[in-house]
Amino acid sequence: MTTVAVPGASALARLRDVRFRIRPGTAVSSLIVLVLLVAVIAPSVLTHRSPTAIDLEHTLLPPSLSHPFGTDDAGRDLYTRVVYGARESLGIGLGATALAMGIAIILGFTGGLAGGIVDTVIARVLEVAFAFPVLLLALLLIAIRGPSVTTVIVAVGIGSAPGYARMVRGQVLAVRNADYVTAAGALGHRRSAVIRRHLFPNAMRPLVAVITLGIGQSIVWASGLAFLGLGVAPPSPEWGALLSAGRMYITTSWWLEIMPGMVIVLVALAVTSLGRTMQHQLEGAAR
Amino acid sequence: MTAAAEATKELTNVTATGTPLLHVENLRVSFGDAEVVKGISFTTRVGRCLAIVGESGSGKSVTARTLVGLTGPNSLVRADRIDLAGLDLTRQSERSWRAIRGREIGFILQDALVSLDQLRLVGDEITEPLKLHGWGTRASRRERAVELLGSVGVPEPEVKVRQRPYELSGGLRQRALIASAIALDPKLVVADEPTTALDVTIQAQVLDLLAESKVRGRSIILISHDLSVVARLADEVIVMRGGEVLEQGPAHQVLHQPRHEYTQALLDAIPSEHTRGVRLVRPAAADSAVRRTRQPIDRDSPVLEARHLTKVFRGPDKVDRTVVDDVSFELLAGETLGIVGESGSGKTTTARIALALLQPTSGEMLLHRQQWSALSPAQRRPLRKRIGVIYQDPLSSFDPRWPTGRIITDALRTGSRPPSSGAEARTRAVRLLEQVGLGERHLDSAPLRLSGGQRQRVAIARALAPEPEVIVCDEPVSALDVSIQAQVLDLLTDLQDELGVSYLFISHDLGVIHHVSDRILVMKEGRVVESGAADDVFERPRDPYTQRLLTALPRLAQA
Repeated sequence: MTTVAVPGASALARLRDVRFRIRPGTAVSSLIVLVLLVAVIAPSVLTHRSPTAIDLEHTLLPPSLSHPFGTDDAGRDLYTRVVYGARESLGIGLGATALAMGIAIILGFTGGLAGGIVDTVIARVLEVAFAFPVLLLALLLIAIRGPSVTTVIVAVGIGSAPGYARMVRGQVLAVRNADYVTAAGALGHRRSAVIRRHLFPNAMRPLVAVITLGIGQSIVWASGLAFLGLGVAPPSPEWGALLSAGRMYITTSWWLEIMPGMVIVLVALAVTSLGRTMQHQLEGAAR
Repeated sequence: MTAAAEATKELTNVTATGTPLLHVENLRVSFGDAEVVKGISFTTRVGRCLAIVGESGSGKSVTARTLVGLTGPNSLVRADRIDLAGLDLTRQSERSWRAIRGREIGFILQDALVSLDQLRLVGDEITEPLKLHGWGTRASRRERAVELLGSVGVPEPEVKVRQRPYELSGGLRQRALIASAIALDPKLVVADEPTTALDVTIQAQVLDLLAESKVRGRSIILISHDLSVVARLADEVIVMRGGEVLEQGPAHQVLHQPRHEYTQALLDAIPSEHTRGVRLVRPAAADSAVRRTRQPIDRDSPVLEARHLTKVFRGPDKVDRTVVDDVSFELLAGETLGIVGESGSGKTTTARIALALLQPTSGEMLLHRQQWSALSPAQRRPLRKRIGVIYQDPLSSFDPRWPTGRIITDALRTGSRPPSSGAEARTRAVRLLEQVGLGERHLDSAPLRLSGGQRQRVAIARALAPEPEVIVCDEPVSALDVSIQAQVLDLLTDLQDELGVSYLFISHDLGVIHHVSDRILVMKEGRVVESGAADDVFERPRDPYTQRLLTALPRLAQA
C-alpha cells in the first residue's frame, strides 16, 4: 500500500497506477464527441456547403454520395444543416444544464448548510417540483414568453433543477459531517473557508459525471420541445427544429426525420456513456 | 453429503482430550501470482486451543478461511494434507463444504455487525445453520435459539431472538454470532479476531465462553493479533509473518521464552506490560545509549481545565440522556491525562467538549485559565491553534483530494507563526514530517496510499503544525496493529519529552492508557468513578468498576 515516490517521479507513478482500460464503447463515444466539438467550433471543416444555400432544383433528394443525409424541401443539404445546428443544440444542452446546476447548488447548499426550518421548506418545495413534469413546466413558460433559444434553455434548466438540487443537498449533508470538515474547524479555519475549500469541492465531485449525463438529456428535451413546435423556430438548423420541419414530409421523405433523429440519439448516447465512464473513474478514485 | 455423514460417524469416536483432530500439512494459498500463505503445518487437538498470531498481511485470516473453504474464487489452495478426523478437506466441492460448515467446523468472524443480516431477526440468524442441516422442527429450533443465546450469556434471550442485529450492543451481537457458530456444536471452532472490536469486560465474557467450550471437548483455532488475548486461551501458539511461520510451540514457551526476535518485538509492543517511560520498540543495538529527558511537568499551570461538565442529549424519543455527568479535571503543562472507559462512557463527548466542538449543557472549560467553552465561535477561532487533535481514523480526517504536504502546510497557516512563503511552508512541512519519522518523499503522497501507521504519523504532524500546547488524542492507536501501535505510542512520548506538549488521551484500552498516562480518569456512564496517578489506579484500584476492568484486562502472565 505504501508508495515511496521521488517527487518528480510521482506523477509518472500515478500515471502508471491508473489503469487505462479503454473499452470500445468509450472510444466510439469519444470520437463522436470529438466530431461534435469540431462541428461546434469550426463547422466549415466538416462541410464545404452553406446551411442556408437554397437549391430549388434538388429538393427532397434521398441520401446519396453528394448529399449523405439527403436534401430538404428547399434543396438545402441536410448533412450541412445538421453540422451547423450542433452549435445551437449543444448550446442549449450546456446552457440548460448550467442553469439547472446553478439553481441546484444555491438551493442544495442553502438547505444542507442552514438545516432546520429552512432545510425543511427547501426539501418540501423540491419534492413538489420534482413531482411536476418538466414538459408541463416548459409548456407554461413558452406559453408566456413565446418560443426562443433562451426560453428553451430556461424551461429545460428550471425543469431539471429539482433533481440536481436533491442530489446536491444529499451530498452537502453527507460531507458536512465528515471528519475532515470537523478537523478543519478544529484547526481554527473560518467557516467560509471550510465551505469553500473542503465542503464545496468534495460535495460536487461525484456530481461532475451527473452533469455530463444532464447535457445529453437536455439536448433530447430541447429537441422534443422543438419537434412539438415549442422550441427554436424551423429556419434555424437546430436539431429539434430540423425534426419539426421534416414532420410534414414524414410519409414521403423519411430521411428528414431519421437522419437528424439518429444524430440526436448518437450524441446523447455518446455523452451519456462518457458521463458513466467518468462516474466509474471518479467513484473508483474516491473511497 | 455422504462423505460428511461418514465423517460425522468417525468424529463421534474422537473424544479424549488431546487427541489430534485436524491435521494441516504444508498449506499454501495464493491469489494470482502472490502467495500469501507459504507452507504452514499444524495440528489441533480435542479440548485444546491453537492460536495463530500475526499482524495485518501475515496470512492468518486466509489460513482460517481455508479451513471453511471460504478463500474466494481467485484463490489457489494447495496442501499435502488437510484432514479433519478422517475427512479430507482438500477436495470438497462447494456443495459438500456447505455440509461441513456449521456442523463440523464453526466459523466466528470479527465484525458481528456486518456478518449478521441487518434485516433478519437474531433468532433466525441463529437457527439458520440448524435449518440448513435439517435439525428439528421450526418450533424446536426456535426453542434451541433461545437456549443457545442464554448459554452464551445473553440476558433475556427470549426477547433478544425477536430483535434485529442493529438493536443489540456490540458485545451482544458478537455473542449472537458465536451462538449461531456453535448452534450445531461443531467439533472445531475457528474464531477470527472474535474480540477485537469489543470492550474489555465484554471481551473477557467472550473469551470465557470460548474457554468453556474448550472444556466441553471442542477444539478452537483462535486468530488474533493480540498476544495478551491469546495468552488467556491458547495452549499452542503459531506466530506468522508474511505468510510464513516464524515460531510455533506451547503457549507458555512462546509467550515467555520466545525464540524468534519478531515474537519478542510483539511482546515488547504490548503496552499494558510496560509502564510509562519504557520504550515499546527496542532500539537498535547501536543507539541503545539514547536516554530520554523529559520536560518537567509544571504543577502550577493547568493548560486545560474542566469544571463540572455536564452534557445532556435529547433523543428522538424526546427522552433526555445525560451523557457526561459532572466531570471535572485539570491537565497540567507537559503531562498526559488518560481518560479510559468503555463504549458509551461519555469519554469521546468529553473530548469534543474539551475541543469546544460541542457546548456543555452546564459547566465550563478553561484554556490557560481563560474562558474557552463560553466564548463565541469567532472569539475562539484565534485560540484554536493552542489545542490540537488526533483522531482514531486519520484517513477520514484528511480531505480526500489533498496530498500529505498540503494537509500539513494548511495546518501551519493556522499557527501563530504562519509561513511567509511557499518555500518556507515546504521546509517546515518537511521538518514536521521528519519529526514524526516520515520524510520529504511523503510530501506528495496521497494519504489513501499510506499505511495505517504512516497516516497516523501525518495526523500527528498536522496536530503539531500550529505548535499547540495541548493535543487531544481520541483513540489514536485503536485501529493499528500492535507493533505499529507501539511505534506511534513511542513517537507520542518522544514528542512530549522534546516539546513539553500536554496530552488529553482518550482510549478504551486500559493497557495503552496505563502506558502513556501520568494520571488517569476512569469514566462509566458519563461519570468519573475513579481518578488518580496512573500506577495507583492500575495497581490499587478502589472503585469496583475499575477493579472489574482490570480483572477483565488480558495479561500475558495468564499463559
